[in-house]
Amino acid sequence: MPTVGVLALQGDYEAHAGALRRAGAGVVEVRTAEEPQRIDALVIPGGESTSMLKLMDYYGLFEPLRQFGLRKPVFGTCAGAILLAKEVLNPSQPSLDLLDMAVERNAYGRQLDSRVVILSGHSLGDGDLEAVFIRAPIIRRVGQGGEVLASYLGDPVLVQFGRHLVATFHPELSSDNRVHARFLAKIGNGSNGAK
Amino acid sequence: MNYLDDAFRVKVGLAEMLKGGVIMDVTDAKQAVIAEKAGACAVMALERVPADIRKEGGVARMAAISKIREIMATTSIPVMAKVRIGHFAEARVLEALEVDYIDESEVLTPADEEHHVWKRDFKVPFVCGCRNLGEALRRIAEGAAMIRTKGEAGSGNIVEAVRHMRTIIREMKQLTVLAQDEIMAEAKRLQAPLELVEYVHQNGKLPVPNFSAGGIATPADAALARLLGAEAIFVGSGIFKSSDPEKRAKAIVKANTHYNDPKAVLEASEELGDAMPGLDVRQIPESDLLQTRGW
Repeated sequence: MPTVGVLALQGDYEAHAGALRRAGAGVVEVRTAEEPQRIDALVIPGGESTSMLKLMDYYGLFEPLRQFGLRKPVFGTCAGAILLAKEVLNPSQPSLDLLDMAVERNAYGRQLDSRVVILSGHSLGDGDLEAVFIRAPIIRRVGQGGEVLASYLGDPVLVQFGRHLVATFHPELSSDNRVHARFLAKIGNGSNGAK
Repeated sequence: MNYLDDAFRVKVGLAEMLKGGVIMDVTDAKQAVIAEKAGACAVMALERVPADIRKEGGVARMAAISKIREIMATTSIPVMAKVRIGHFAEARVLEALEVDYIDESEVLTPADEEHHVWKRDFKVPFVCGCRNLGEALRRIAEGAAMIRTKGEAGSGNIVEAVRHMRTIIREMKQLTVLAQDEIMAEAKRLQAPLELVEYVHQNGKLPVPNFSAGGIATPADAALARLLGAEAIFVGSGIFKSSDPEKRAKAIVKANTHYNDPKAVLEASEELGDAMPGLDVRQIPESDLLQTRGW
């Protein structure tokens, strides 16, 4: 059974832990630079990216997480996708710069524009995929190595970059486990990421 | 009410994103910047922090729209704002303004001593205060998508926040061990809707996130609230009534994240300057208590 770390500085890390356990993984909460040494993959959850950045900075997590991502699979949802992107807009802010893409924060608007939608066109097998968007970002550019697995209103919302995965929505808030299962399938298969 | 309803899930969804975080009271854009830079996951816009409302008296209302706009324009994190209990017209104004969350708050002077806002009519999510499980479930039945224990706002004293969190956690635990045929009587005792009492009976927790507020003034206070079961914390006067708000804001954020690591809380507690002055809640006249507003 693979052990997946969930960055537990702030956000819906418990929802991710639940989804990962249902999909068959062991889960470790990551709050310091020590935990990444004993995990096979990392999830960066939804939450506030500015808040997570501050806490990564306070506890010297930035570089260890970046180094982890250069070797092992990372899955980011919403704020997690923002933290993984090479370029962040609205406003511009630092990131782990692991994936060649540009992400615009809060791009649908404020909370009143949050929504649950059904994605019919996607590459995760048969059946509709529910997507919960909360003050969600929009991926404005997918660069080298990116493969779009699902889109909404013409914008990519689920993208894989080799061993890495990003979603601008929150599969951890839906009962459907296919997105987490897709990520777990990447562990140990040695496929290359964008970096 | 259907807790799998998409509109409600979207409201609870934002509360999920705020978990593990610190929501800070701010009265202007400058304070909002300090909060965001310290690592706050959201800010609460209000006219005066609770300690000042307590000191100055008078009627406390929804904040000036220009101030809320200024805060919304300055920060990229979610902005909440308070309305008076029962003042659904203030709530409609804040919804039109597109704030991210509305706090129907006992810190402001109640507009209605009998009715709370019927929150299901709104698309914007609401957070409400409670002192016990029955009060939490009544607010959720009205449509609240997040609950915070009330504590005693502006007191700088954690004792009421502790009392309320311990009470609600204990009442939830007790519900889980009751037999099915005891649930109706428990719903009667709690004065809460049966379906919500059944939800807690089966799940041992509320159907919405449960945060703590009212009296958090130090990093150790933040850790205490989390250790007692709060999923995130609100800090009001505790930051901007202290001697060094920037430092204290950061320290509380750190202690809140690492609440279960005493060394990290120790480190966050070093070289902080003075905390806000505190009040002995037993010395506050009954008529000046904020927590008894609403039901």
